[in-house]
Amino acid sequence: MDTLLQQIINGLIQGSLYAIVALGYTMVYGILELINFAHGDVVMVGALVTYTVFSFAAAHGMSAGPALVLAVAASIVVCVPLGLFIERVAYRPLRRAQRLAPLITAIGVSILVEYAAALIWSKQYLSLPELVKPTPIQIGGASTSDLQIAILLISLLMMGGLLWLIKYTRMGKAMRATAQSHDLAGLMGVNVDQVIAFTFALGSALGAIAGVMQILYYGIGHYLMGFMLGLKAFTAAVLGGIGNVQGAMLGGLLLGLIESLASGYIGDLTGGVLGSNYRDVFAFLVLVLVLVLRPSGLMGQKSGDRA
Amino acid sequence: MRLPASQAGKLAVFTALALLLAVLPFGTEALLGRSWVRVIDGALLFSMLAIGLNVVVGYAGLLDLGFIAFFGIGAYSYSLLASPQFGLHYPFWVLLPLGAVVAGLFGVILGAPTLRLRGDYLAIVTLGFGEIIRIFLVNLNRPFNLTNGPQGITLIDPIRIGGFDLSKTYEVFGMKVAAVHSYYFLFLLCVIASIILSLRLENSRIGRAWIAIREDEVAAKAMGINTRNIKLLAFAMGASFGGVSGGLFASFQGFVSPESFKLMDSIMIVCMVVLGGMGHVPGVVLGAILLTALPEGLRYVQPLQQSLFGRVYVDPADLRMLLFGLALVLMMRFRPQGLWPSKRREHELKGEA
Repeated sequence: MDTLLQQIINGLIQGSLYAIVALGYTMVYGILELINFAHGDVVMVGALVTYTVFSFAAAHGMSAGPALVLAVAASIVVCVPLGLFIERVAYRPLRRAQRLAPLITAIGVSILVEYAAALIWSKQYLSLPELVKPTPIQIGGASTSDLQIAILLISLLMMGGLLWLIKYTRMGKAMRATAQSHDLAGLMGVNVDQVIAFTFALGSALGAIAGVMQILYYGIGHYLMGFMLGLKAFTAAVLGGIGNVQGAMLGGLLLGLIESLASGYIGDLTGGVLGSNYRDVFAFLVLVLVLVLRPSGLMGQKSGDRA
Repeated sequence: MRLPASQAGKLAVFTALALLLAVLPFGTEALLGRSWVRVIDGALLFSMLAIGLNVVVGYAGLLDLGFIAFFGIGAYSYSLLASPQFGLHYPFWVLLPLGAVVAGLFGVILGAPTLRLRGDYLAIVTLGFGEIIRIFLVNLNRPFNLTNGPQGITLIDPIRIGGFDLSKTYEVFGMKVAAVHSYYFLFLLCVIASIILSLRLENSRIGRAWIAIREDEVAAKAMGINTRNIKLLAFAMGASFGGVSGGLFASFQGFVSPESFKLMDSIMIVCMVVLGGMGHVPGVVLGAILLTALPEGLRYVQPLQQSLFGRVYVDPADLRMLLFGLALVLMMRFRPQGLWPSKRREHELKGEA
């Protein structure tokens, strides 16, 4: 029973991080029908900026609180312009191009960001200086920490904020309109370029915070860490129904749970034949199964041949 | 390449090309050293892979980001049946066709669930497929040792034709013919066969069906094309090219490990096809040769940096990846049809502005 609870807790926390990254994918997909491959790498940049800030803070004897604030601010300041730059330089010129072209561009951008990060931060695994010292908390035999609970709460808060933004603000309305049709939204007086840029900025800001939390959670950063994270977040977005914001949140949490439970129990279920080293396979299996059985995802509307 | 109109001219160009290809490995070795002959061998293997991927991406328009998996499947099916791993030593003329069939089967396994998917979704699923295959190759040393895990398989048999062992050095007309040379000619033959097969496919009923699907799947269906079978065929055929070159790779290297079949390699093959010109066989081969040779040239950047700046700022391997990324972005922006596109594809990619 303890292990079950523990797996659920682990799954929820990793799942909430997937969910936030998935929001970046799903918002961009909703508006541009483009898989922004580089989004996972933007998250990686956020994480590695945190590493730099923490190294600096540790060297100058800063305490955890200010260092954390500085890290969040710095990663947003780096990631938002990065996201905007990517949109402006790589994707905007191709907005009306044939479908394959933006996708290949996205792969190119992803490679560029990864190896630019390798130049800046080296290709080593970077362990975060231990400024933040989590206090362990026991819940019914399973252990967690205040840091993990904070990650979960902040994620939920950001999701709520985003839902509010999309539902009740002018910009949110403009985003929904643009997602339905660029041309018609433009005719109604929406500045489409601005809305798309805003979407990228918002996604990158969320990604930056996700990056900070990811590196705090694991304590290790790497220039390729964004790749798998991005892929799983994309899976989460598909699971929830791509383009659907609530769907991405649900998909992220579910994927985190599925992964955690599956890799936790696969050893017992198969008599030790398969182990938790197959962890990464589950995300892909989920992806394939969803696309085959229900391409519109859990919360997406049926939209014919979208997939 | 535009050939002279007269038959005699054609023959002259053909003979010159054949002679050039025949002396290429020896000339290269004399001028640049043996390591460059290995580079040429690698370029030929990648040409075959690119020709295979071109069937899927170029003809049928299905973006496959996990193509290296078929290369891996071919390499492993050769290695398992021609190495001390299980004590089996089947000859190459059984194993290479077997590799093609096994890879083709996996192509169908990948293709079947993804038939309804298009474009970007397909790309992600194929990417996942490639990673799944690699994860299995790494982990299938338990419960029983199939792939020998991350260590990979060693002492793979070289290809033997009659009493002629390709891995040994022979004296022919006073010239030393080493393994790199013998394999060069074998690979060259395979590439030429692939080119011919691929060109014939392009002009066949099946090839035209692929192109029809690429341009408009609904219209193709309405014209009576069985899109399901034809798409599966594209996956299977493309994969089987990968399977054969995987087998050749295993025999040439004598060693395979999951390290050789990573996502970056898949992306590199996509780059070759895109850069060269999707759907155009000569362009694709050009892309494969350029992308294999240029990174080798980047090696010389390291001493250059050393002498200019006193230290190495950018590792050549990283520089290669940065240039790949940049090339993909710039190509899609300024020349989406590729360096040497086919006429039809050029119109298609430039037209939809």
